[in-house]
Amino acid sequence: MAIKILSEHFDTPGIETLEVYRSKGGYRAVEKALKTMSPDEVVEEVKKSGLRGRGGAGFPTGMKWSFIDKKSGNPRYLVCNADESEPGTFKDRHLMAKSPHSLVEGMIVSSYALGANLSYIYIRGELLYVLRILEKAIAEAYAAGLLGKNIMGTGYDLDLFVTPGGGAYICGEETALIESLEGKRGNPRNKPPFPAVKGLWQNPTVVNNVETIAAVPWIVNNTGDEYAKIGIGRSTGTKLISACGHLNKPGVYEIELGLPVEEFLYSDEYCGGIWKGRKLKAVVAGGSSVPILPAELILKTVNGENRLMSYESLSDGGFATGTMLGSGGFIAYDETSCIVRNTWNFSRFYHHESCGQCSPCREGTGWMEKVLHRIENGHGSMHDIDLLVDVAKKIEGNTICPLGDAAAWPVASAIRHFRHEFEWHIQHPAEATKPGAVYKPEFAAVTA
Amino acid sequence: MATITFDGIEVEVPDNSTILQAARKIGGSVVPPAMCYYEPLKGSGGKCRACLVKVTAGSAKDPRPMPKLVASCITPVQDGMIVENTLNEEVLKTRKGIVEFLLINHPLDCPICDQAGECDLQNFAFEHGTVAQRYEEERRTYDMVDIGPYIKLHMNRCILCYRCVYTADQLTNKRVHGVLNRGDHSEIGTYIANSIDNDFSGNVIDVCPVGALTDKTFRFKNRVWFTKPVDAHRDCPTCSGKVVLWYRGADVLRVTARKNAYNEVEEFICNTCRFDKKATSDWVIDGPRKIDQASVISQNQYAQNTVIPAFTKTVTEGYTEVNDTLPEHKQLAAKN
Repeated sequence: MAIKILSEHFDTPGIETLEVYRSKGGYRAVEKALKTMSPDEVVEEVKKSGLRGRGGAGFPTGMKWSFIDKKSGNPRYLVCNADESEPGTFKDRHLMAKSPHSLVEGMIVSSYALGANLSYIYIRGELLYVLRILEKAIAEAYAAGLLGKNIMGTGYDLDLFVTPGGGAYICGEETALIESLEGKRGNPRNKPPFPAVKGLWQNPTVVNNVETIAAVPWIVNNTGDEYAKIGIGRSTGTKLISACGHLNKPGVYEIELGLPVEEFLYSDEYCGGIWKGRKLKAVVAGGSSVPILPAELILKTVNGENRLMSYESLSDGGFATGTMLGSGGFIAYDETSCIVRNTWNFSRFYHHESCGQCSPCREGTGWMEKVLHRIENGHGSMHDIDLLVDVAKKIEGNTICPLGDAAAWPVASAIRHFRHEFEWHIQHPAEATKPGAVYKPEFAAVTA
Repeated sequence: MATITFDGIEVEVPDNSTILQAARKIGGSVVPPAMCYYEPLKGSGGKCRACLVKVTAGSAKDPRPMPKLVASCITPVQDGMIVENTLNEEVLKTRKGIVEFLLINHPLDCPICDQAGECDLQNFAFEHGTVAQRYEEERRTYDMVDIGPYIKLHMNRCILCYRCVYTADQLTNKRVHGVLNRGDHSEIGTYIANSIDNDFSGNVIDVCPVGALTDKTFRFKNRVWFTKPVDAHRDCPTCSGKVVLWYRGADVLRVTARKNAYNEVEEFICNTCRFDKKATSDWVIDGPRKIDQASVISQNQYAQNTVIPAFTKTVTEGYTEVNDTLPEHKQLAAKN
């Protein structure tokens, strides 16, 4: 049985209540950290654990915490990014709805480590029912003296608030999130200055993903060295993966990093294989923004090694033949899925969610979506494919925030690996626009 | 003080300056274009991405190059930084892309636009753009709106630089317009039909880099390059009163603030000076206004001080002989 850190008690009845959560060993980390450890010791443990940001970028959490400006003497803030809105990612929602206290506990320990006396959970506005669950959990924690003034008699004060977003994907970007939290339009800020120096209300701020924060109590309880033993190489610990698409058993799974992709896809413990006995065509391994990979490249790297679910292995081969672990939104496509339509769908999402602040993303996402829409509906021409590649290249890396990259990568990778499908769509508009029409490998001979 | 090398030229600037400010200290053709950055407005910049440059060495202490192109208008200088602008192929290529992005939803109605001749986007596209256009889709369109008694908003032309928003924030005590919606459907608007009505509202016309905000007292009166700029001042109780009068014959057609070489307002002026005082007798004439920035507006005028930009050479070199025997679209293809 695989190690469970976050999802251990997901199925325990009543785990959302403080009573049951404490009976299962909850809030031990708060006691241990606040009573026996200094804030710097907590940071040190997290550094040792090798825990990396679970929101997508995979930046080492301990290092991020050590960047926070403690010299200025300004109040510091911890903000939990629960604005999970990437297509294909639904792990944080699951975690918060099942076990809200593990997030609250993580927030207390992490805020203590950073010296924050006021912390926020910025939750996606659509997850209103989760917000209610969290608010209930926070109220219970306040009543039990785990939040508020003088927590457990240690003299440490912490106030924790949950704030819902207004329904914008862009507010998952940390500086846009901070702007939104301040009550402004959710436009990402220019960096530098980084939030660790000037974040919420121009004060030092750390923004962490839900899953990152929820992993901290375990690290405090069991030490960072123990956590570092789980996983593989620099990808330590476990990760929640939200698997969806054409799978027999879609859902949220906790895996130890380093699990082979093949095992994750086909073992009965996890996804249980592709549904209806069909063949796997492609996988988006980390939420809609990471490059899509065809079946042969997701199972094995170009060098013939087994592909593992870890930050390093998934990005093996760079963008030419690799992808990213991202936020863990694992989307599988069977042989009946049309990649062109899927790319258009993703592109439509990014067009809709671009904040419109900087020109490459504002204009480029719309342009790509319109061209893809044309190709999908049988009005494309062959030079459109190169045009898409070029537009994607001009957006990538030239924008204020990573949304530009996130919009460009799926398009560029779909064309890189499935160019023949785009060509077939353009050359055979009559067949390609029929409902359910999908490119099949045997068409290749006809096209050639 | 920090010393940086910009396009091979060493320049010393105060520690907290940006790369763009350092480049402007050098001046001439190495200065990156800026469509949204506006020095008098705090917080502006970083949005249009026209001023992207390559930092090949971060600082003397840490000489690693920056992985991405950076916006020179907001990136602070570090001692020993090495920056490439016109020398870097990648920068020039990206800038071509930015021109293309800014133009795909721009109506290109320069022949009937009042801003033509003194338009930042026009200059930018002329200097860095390509001849052909690849965008075949429909453009986003809006209706023209009157925002206030003096200002016309022509949203189709807007490039969302946010300058007018910052102007209203920093010059007036109550901003009534802002950016609505998201993505390429963002628009400048007042949300509830509202007029922008305060003593300094006219300045949004001056800061607008394109013809999105135009002066209703001047609309369609004349092409700017036919009018003669003259420096003038008056004793104004609300503002500095230092303006430029734009004459056609003996008539003052338009009054604007004085602008520097980068089209930035030197001193903001009030609406009374801008819209109401349009007789020579209202003003004390200081003498002819020299245009610092080379553009069509400096043609046929006091052009002694203007810099002939380096790109004029590349533009003339770029012309190829047209083969008249080919049909039109093939001519274009042969040219590129």
